[in-house]
Amino acid sequence: MFDMKFEDEAKGRVAFLTGRLDTKAAQDFEKMALSWECRNVVLDFTDLEYISSAGLRSILVLAKRLLPQGGKLVLFGMSGVVEEVFGVSGFDSFLPVARSREDALALLPE
Amino acid sequence: MNDSSRPAPDAQENRAGFPGGERTWPASLDYLEEMRGFVMAVAEEGTLPPRRVSHLDLALEEIIVNICSYAYQTPPGELTIRIEDTPRSFSVEFVDNGVPFDPLSAEDPDVSRPLMERDVGGLGILLVRRIMDEVHYARRGSLNCLRIVVTKPE
Repeated sequence: MFDMKFEDEAKGRVAFLTGRLDTKAAQDFEKMALSWECRNVVLDFTDLEYISSAGLRSILVLAKRLLPQGGKLVLFGMSGVVEEVFGVSGFDSFLPVARSREDALALLPE
Repeated sequence: MNDSSRPAPDAQENRAGFPGGERTWPASLDYLEEMRGFVMAVAEEGTLPPRRVSHLDLALEEIIVNICSYAYQTPPGELTIRIEDTPRSFSVEFVDNGVPFDPLSAEDPDVSRPLMERDVGGLGILLVRRIMDEVHYARRGSLNCLRIVVTKPE
């Protein structure tokens, strides 16, 4: 099961991802996220239990869309196998990973 | 079962003595959850540490998606999954009769490239190679056989 809720802050949208971002969920996530009109996005991974390569790809697609318009994607709260997958795939080398929601918001451009 | 004074059993005999099983589905993503459930039920009952069960979970999705997406030029084909849980390792074999397809022959994507140059392909197999202890591919007759192995701590 995958679920997502979000809140809008002054600098951008904070989305809380819950459950499993697998092949099927990644399609839904990508569709939703690409329809957002905000410039910056923070993804809260605290309750994300699982991510597959399809999930990583959907996040890459979102990051690539934000970058050319001067926006930024920042992640925080990852642990366990999700954190491991980010390390193994090298995604943690080009996507900023913050320690907390506050730190993540502080990394966003105005 | 592990008495070293006995002659080493052949693989078939060995397989019979351990938890496991085999099932076949149409090679379609509609069956992904069933396939996953089949393997995870055995894995969760066994002696693998939880972190390794999570690795297995991920490898399953990556491989099944790969086979269902690429192995068949004219779907639907079939995908057989065979599990073997021994005191030393947990292994899963994926057998399909699709076009010859060795996922291990592809080069790993360059994971150090900058964001805008990052490609979206090849990541699944990269993850499988890095989180599994062994990955083997063999073409046997008209079959693709991919086997993943998680070794257990001594």
